Amino acid sequence: MVPQSHYLILGAILFTIGSVGVFTRRNALIIYMCIELMLNAVNLTFIAFSRFLNNMDGHVFAFMIMTVAAAEAAVGLAIILALFRNRQTVNVDDINLLKG
Amino acid sequence: MQLLIFYLLGGVAISAALLMLTNKQPVNAAMSLIVTMLCLAGIYVLLEAHLIAALQIIVYAGAIMVLFLFIIMLLNIQEKEGRLSGRKLFLQGAGIVMIGFILINVIRLTVSDNLAAKTQGFADGFGTTRAVAKLLFTEFVLPFEIASVLLLAAMVGAVILAKQKVE
Repeated sequence: MVPQSHYLILGAILFTIGSVGVFTRRNALIIYMCIELMLNAVNLTFIAFSRFLNNMDGHVFAFMIMTVAAAEAAVGLAIILALFRNRQTVNVDDINLLKG
Repeated sequence: MQLLIFYLLGGVAISAALLMLTNKQPVNAAMSLIVTMLCLAGIYVLLEAHLIAALQIIVYAGAIMVLFLFIIMLLNIQEKEGRLSGRKLFLQGAGIVMIGFILINVIRLTVSDNLAAKTQGFADGFGTTRAVAKLLFTEFVLPFEIASVLLLAAMVGAVILAKQKVE
């Protein structure tokens, strides 16, 4: 029997790895993939809590998170595509028109 | 036995996530992320979340990551960035790792592992499609309908954003 804290710690480790990637990588696509990893870690936390509290609401919420992640992936990648067409780069350091 | 499977899947998931973090090529990073998602699907099966495990493979690893790979190959990125260079970036990364360490210890110290009180009296079809659908169509029907509107909006938005300008 796997204790509950193991699942939560695994979710926390994956979330940390994803957030380190969001802050330190410079390629917009890798940053986006790290965001998806963070969403997956949160999904794992929801499912773990749902099982250990014997409540099915966590599954429905994980379903909704997946839906939102799919919609966000489609629109975000379209934005990155349009950005690449205009600036010929996906390095987030070069996209600094709004910089003061 | 379950503990062994969990450690195996968890270890592969964490190492694939670290591989994704430190990879120069975006295609290799996407492949590592797919491995992580498949390991997470295995862990969902351990947690008796059968529908979510199947959806994870179908939707996440099978549709979203394929979309990622399409865009990566379409843009044909020539990777020029240095490998996580810069002292400021390293300090930011180290700060986040410290916050993650604190988070893990908070979880370890506050979550009580008494299983006997909670894991008895499981409903018979816990985690099956029928149980999720029962909730989704009765108690959570409003989020369900709003999710469909959200998907419609995302479809329209993605088509408009990615459309080439007609000359």
